[in-house]
Formats: sequence, C-alpha cells, structure tokens
Amino acid sequence: MAGIFVLVGHIEGQVGKPSLELLTLARRLGTPIAVCSGSAPEALGQYGAERVHVIESEDIGAHPIGWVQALAELAADTPPDAVLTEATPHGREIAARLAVRLGGGVLTDAVDVQPGPDGPVVTQWAFAAGFTVTARVARGVPIIAVKPNAVVPTPAPVEPAVTRARLVPDEASLRTRVVSRSVRESTGRPGLTEADIVVSGGRGLAGPENFALIENLADALGGAVGASRAAVDAGWYPHTHQVGQTGVAVSPQLYLAVGISGAIQHRAGMQTSKTIVAINKDGEAPIFDLADYGVVGDLFQVVPRLLDEIARRRA
Amino acid sequence: MKIVVCVKYVPDPASQPRFTAGHTVDRENVPGRLSELDEYAVEQALRVVDAAPDTHVTHLTVGPPQAAEALRRALAMGGHAAVHVSDDALAGSDASATALVLAAALRRLTPDLVLCAMASTDGGTALVPAMLAEHLELPQLTFATEVSVDAGTVRVRREAVQATEELAAELPALVSVTDRIGDPRYPSFKGIMAAKKKSLQTWTLADLGVPADQVGAGAARTVVDEITARPPRAAGTAVQDDGEGAWHLAEFLATKKFI
Ligand SMILES: Cc1cc2nc3c(=O)[nH]c(=O)nc-3n(C[C@H](O)[C@H](O)[C@H](O)COP(=O)(O)OP(=O)(O)OC[C@H]3O[C@@H](n4cnc5c(N)ncnc54)[C@H](O)[C@@H]3O)c2cc1C
Ligand SMILES: Nc1ncnc2c1ncn2[C@@H]1O[C@H](COP(=O)(O)O)[C@@H](O)[C@H]1O
Repeated sequence: MAGIFVLVGHIEGQVGKPSLELLTLARRLGTPIAVCSGSAPEALGQYGAERVHVIESEDIGAHPIGWVQALAELAADTPPDAVLTEATPHGREIAARLAVRLGGGVLTDAVDVQPGPDGPVVTQWAFAAGFTVTARVARGVPIIAVKPNAVVPTPAPVEPAVTRARLVPDEASLRTRVVSRSVRESTGRPGLTEADIVVSGGRGLAGPENFALIENLADALGGAVGASRAAVDAGWYPHTHQVGQTGVAVSPQLYLAVGISGAIQHRAGMQTSKTIVAINKDGEAPIFDLADYGVVGDLFQVVPRLLDEIARRRA
Repeated sequence: MKIVVCVKYVPDPASQPRFTAGHTVDRENVPGRLSELDEYAVEQALRVVDAAPDTHVTHLTVGPPQAAEALRRALAMGGHAAVHVSDDALAGSDASATALVLAAALRRLTPDLVLCAMASTDGGTALVPAMLAEHLELPQLTFATEVSVDAGTVRVRREAVQATEELAAELPALVSVTDRIGDPRYPSFKGIMAAKKKSLQTWTLADLGVPADQVGAGAARTVVDEITARPPRAAGTAVQDDGEGAWHLAEFLATKKFI
C-alpha cells in the first residue's frame, strides 16, 4: 500500500495535536510514514504510523530547508504517494520547496482531505472563507499543507518500524543562519490554533490592562486568547495572538469576539469557527452578521457579569 | 546594490471575487490593485534606498495586462524601474508556474536582494517566495518583522510560533516581510508624476526562454474541480443588553455545553 509521508512535530516526545490529525488523515490515503527528528514518540504508533523515520541532525528543527533535504532524500528512496505537513509558515515553506525539488504539486490550507480516484481530494476555504474549493494535484507528488482541526485525531495502534538516518546538511541548507532563538514562555493556556475555545479582544478593550477581562474569560472557559490587529498594533497584546489574514487562522468550536468590529481581514482568520459569539456595543458592527449569538452592549458591563454568571453556575 | 521587489496584481479585496471557467481567480474582469501586503515589501526596498542612495530597485510582476497598474503604483511609491512579464500562455498558471516564470525573470535581473510579501491577498498561499528561493538556490528569510542590510549581509527578525528568531544570510538572498515591518508610504503627487517617466518593460515567455507548455492551465500541477460560494452564515440571535445580556449569553453557552 502507498506510503504517505507525514511531517511530525514534537517537543521532547510530546507530539502536537496537529501532527496526530495529519496521521489520522494519512490513514485515509494509505500507509502513514511519520518523519520526525530526535526520537520516535510512542504517540506516532498509537495514531497509526506504520513506519517512523527519525532524522538525526543537530539543528534541523529551526531550518525548513533541512527538512526539505531530509524528505527529498527519503522520497528518492521510496517515492511517497503524498506528503502531509501542517499549514504553518514552517510547514508551507517545506511544502513549497519540496514541491519544486520533487516536481510535485502543492495545496495549502486544506480543511479536509479525502481519497479520490485521481489522488487526494483537498477541500479549502478561499477568500476570507467565503468560498469552498475542491482541488487536487494533477501532476507530480501531492504535497498538502493541512490546517489544524481538519479532523478529530483518532487512535489506531500499530507497532511501527523505526529507522534512523543521519542528515548531512548540504551547503544550501546552511546558508540561512539562525543567529538567535528565544523560545517564548508558555502561557499555560491552550495554543491558539489547537484550542476548542478562543476568546478574542479588540480595540473595544480600550487599553492593555483590560485584556485581563479577556484572559479571565478565556480561563473560565478553558480557552485560548486572541486579539484583533488593532489591539496588537496598539501594543495591548502580543502579535503571536493576532487572529486574521496576517495573524493566525483559527477554527475552534467556539469563538468569542469582544469589542471587535469584524473587518474582512479579521474574519479571514475566524469565519470557519463552529459557533461564533460577539459582544459589541454597536449593533451595526459586521461581526453580528456572522454571530450565532450576539450581545449588543458595553463589554465592561457584560464580561464581568458573564464571569460571575459562569462562576455561579459552576458553584 | 540591486533589489527586486516581487509584487502581485490582485482583485480588490473589497469587491466580490470572480472565477474563470477553469476555476482560477479572475484578475481581468474585476477591479484590481497592487496587493496591499506587497506595499510593505516595496516600503522596505525604499528604506534601503533612503539609507544607501546607490541602491537600484526594480518592481517585478507576472500577470495579465492590467497588472501593469500594480507596477505603476509601486513606481509611484518609489523605485527605479519595473518589469512586467505578460504572455497569453500564462493564463491559468498555478503557484508553481508563476514561481518558475518569476525565477527566470530574476535570473535575468540578477538582484542581490529579492523582496516579497509574506503572502498575496488573493491566493494567500505564501508559496511563491519559498519556491523562488528553491529555484534560485537562495537562502530564504521569511515572515520578517524587521530587516536590515549591511555589508553584504541581510538580517531579519521574525516571530515564529514558538520563538522569536533572528536570521542572517549573505547576499544574494530572498526575504519575505509581514505587515508588522512598518507602514508603507503613500505615493506623493510628485511620485505619481515621476512614475510616468520611469522604465516599465514588458517581457514575454520567449524573452525569458521559458517554454509556453510549462505554464498556464495546461501545465498546472494543481487543479480546482469546484468552487462554491459558502452560504452566508445565518445571523443568529442578538440581544440588547439591558443588564440581562450576560445571563442570556450564559444560557446560550450552557445549551451549547460550553459551560
Ligand atoms: C493588509 C491588512 C491585513 C490585516 N490583517 C488583519 C488581521 O490579521 N487581523 C485583524 O484583526 N485585522 C487585520 N487587519 C485590520 C482590519 O482591517 C481592522 O482594522 C481590524 O481588524 C480592526 O480591529 P478591531 O475590530 O479591534 O477594531 P475596530 O474596527 O476599531 O472595532 C472596535 C469595535 O469595538 C467596539 N467597542 C468599542 N468600545 C466597546 C465597548 N465598551 N463595549 C463593546 N464594544 C465596544 C466598537 O463598536 C467596534 O465595533 C488587516 C488590515 C490590512 C490592511
Ligand atoms: N504573479 C506574481 N508576480 C509577482 N510576485 C508575485 C506573484 N505571485 C506572488 N508573488 C510574490 O510572492 C508573494 C506571496 O504570494 P503567494 O505565494 O501567492 O501568497 C507576493 O506577496 C509577491 O511578493
């Protein structure tokens, strides 16, 4: 049966949920072959990786191009029927370069991948998620960058065959030097793209100190914190939390927009959320066109009361 | 030093997108513009010129005849020359073919630094910069939030998902920038007038030695089988807060099992 390369990310053996989603999708298409660095985490076998290729290299993690070389070398050995990566900047870069190197075709931002008579059928959402697109790769190896939450990861335990290969980076891989890398401290909250619930704040928050309201609400719901570009540009919340076209695209079960107007560039990053709730004092704000539930009111009144109400119901 | 900024002509995000019979984005029959995000790349090139006036900046686009508008807008912001690769055979090209053609044009322009935006505002795939770097065997420094060029070295700062990074590479190199890198300038009246006198060349595939059968719909590696407009989200319930708004919202969240 055909091999599907799945590029897996893990931090000290902790496999990210998006990687488990990729393995789950890969099983639909063929035999999942996980490719990772360092060690072979147990979770890979639990989620159906029949083979695990461990790439040994000091600094491959930070270098997309090192991964391109590793995947191209593996593909030269056993050409895969498809390659799956995450639709992060890192994953896209790998997908794009690999497509040129292997003569493959690349599709990004897949929200679903299904087997088809002519190879994988990929569903994407285009133009601020206003359109549903079905596409496939007509020439060369299909390389697909998949968005988080495309599928619910489901276990399918197997005993994987583990192989290790040492990567000797070619000259091209070394030309981009990582001068410094400071890993951000974990907030203790779920990651924005993986979270089931995202609570986002916008310009309506009126100042950085008020983001405590958003954090408290996120914590009460067990969610992640997001922000509009206006709030980020004002310096109220770190850019890594920006939701939208030039920030992160999220697709949670619940998206709560607080003091956010709903500009097209913001919608591009949250429109596909399953349930959308808005709190905004302007009843005409475009965010209400998307909201399954909206409260037209002052967030400084509504959010504290909502926190009390959640606490009361939990007590 | 020579800089080439890759700029794309895209449908105006404020207008309703349209698609061709071949399911590609229609760029010819809708109002278009220079991709907003590319203005940030143009701006960075112009800042290099401001600091080092012997820098030469060329704006490069691959696109339909109307794409010249994007080049004129970029020239009005600043820069010295523009190149428009235009050819009927390009219709229906995917990212792979676009990158192939851009790479051929860049080989001819021999820049020290290639600047792109992080993504286009229509396709938004962020594939082209990485594909260009691969074709041209250039080091790539993508998603820059700060960039500086000094003594043959380019340095960028970027905010990756888990870390803040500083990358560096010797020139020639390719950099893609985000909208955090600094607001683009508006073209001045003087700039707009000056742009009319600047060189805007049009190159065909034959000029670049790219065989026509390697581009266009016929050569596309990816095909779109279907595009359907998603039904607008049915606007749900909205309550006016009269003091009970939070209670109603909590009820809603509870019925949906979020609390
Ligand atoms: C190239 C480009 C890329 C962009 N990318 C992004 C992106 O990735 N993400 C993004 O978010 N934006 C992006 N933008 C910006 C986008 O166009 C909007 O400017 C931005 O989303 C607005 O943020 P906002 O909704 O917080 O602010 P505003 O539009 O100012 O809205 C604030 C809202 O808060 C409400 N409000 C004020 N006070 C209260 C109160 N006390 N209680 C309740 N409600 C209140 C107001 O009624 C208003 O609706 C981009 C723009 C461009 C040009
Ligand atoms: N047709 C094109 N002409 C010139 N530059 C392009 C073209 N397509 C993409 N680019 C460049 O690549 C960047 C990312 O585009 P994309 O890969 O389409 O998201 C753009 O911002 C441009 O800098």
